[in-house]
Amino acid sequence: MQTDAEIVARCRAGEDAAWDELVERFSRYVYAIAVQAFRLEQHDAEDVFQEVFARVYQHLDRLRSDDAIRPWIAQLTRRLCIDRLRSARREGPAEDELIDPAGLDESLGQLDEAMTVRASLDAVGEACREILDRFFCRDESYRSIGEELGLPAGTIASRISRCLTKLRAELEGRSEALSSSGDR
Amino acid sequence: MNGYDEERIAELLRRLPPAPLGWVRAAQELPAAREEIAALVARAEADLAFRGRVVADLEAALEAEGIAATPSVVAAFKTSLDAGSAGG
Repeated sequence: MQTDAEIVARCRAGEDAAWDELVERFSRYVYAIAVQAFRLEQHDAEDVFQEVFARVYQHLDRLRSDDAIRPWIAQLTRRLCIDRLRSARREGPAEDELIDPAGLDESLGQLDEAMTVRASLDAVGEACREILDRFFCRDESYRSIGEELGLPAGTIASRISRCLTKLRAELEGRSEALSSSGDR
Repeated sequence: MNGYDEERIAELLRRLPPAPLGWVRAAQELPAAREEIAALVARAEADLAFRGRVVADLEAALEAEGIAATPSVVAAFKTSLDAGSAGG
């Protein structure tokens, strides 16, 4: 799996396929910030979503470090959501609570953490990635997953459990690697 | 990143459902639209009357040029136009 920085570098080199990957990788993050953290309506969330990617595309060369793409996208999305809410407030009554929803920082922090977990999904193999994504992110039933993946529905729960264990081991491995490199 | 258990991992995975497919596809098509957008922005910078019409109604200006005014194209056009103004 390529790092964020590698995908950004390929985008800068003008590789259209890399842009597809960048949008794919961050689309859930931008969507979740707009809809979950700022609770935007779908039509406002769509405008913010498209504007975020338009600005990223336009200004990718201004990014100081290719590694900084995730915080940059988060900051951009946050700013555009606030602009959207302020604009709505000018058109009608809206409380400050809408602009700065309770628990916003915590919500953004959790989404950032969720992105880290998601990045580890690729390391546990395609089969696990697929089954965990379908069950937890796409809210598909055991039956539907079984039909789509050609697996007996009765085995889905145990597969999910095994994949979660594998993902946990992967995350703990990364965490230990980070701690070790920090101790040096 | 410490202290993950399966329940916590599941909870975090649930926080990132897929964005609507149409939104993702539209954003992915930005590179294909870039030449058309760049040509329109260049024209808007050179022709004040055209620029006035564009600023008044971005969607209509795009449609008049035969470009589908999808949210992603409108956003990209607006961003390019703003960048052009800032630079000029």
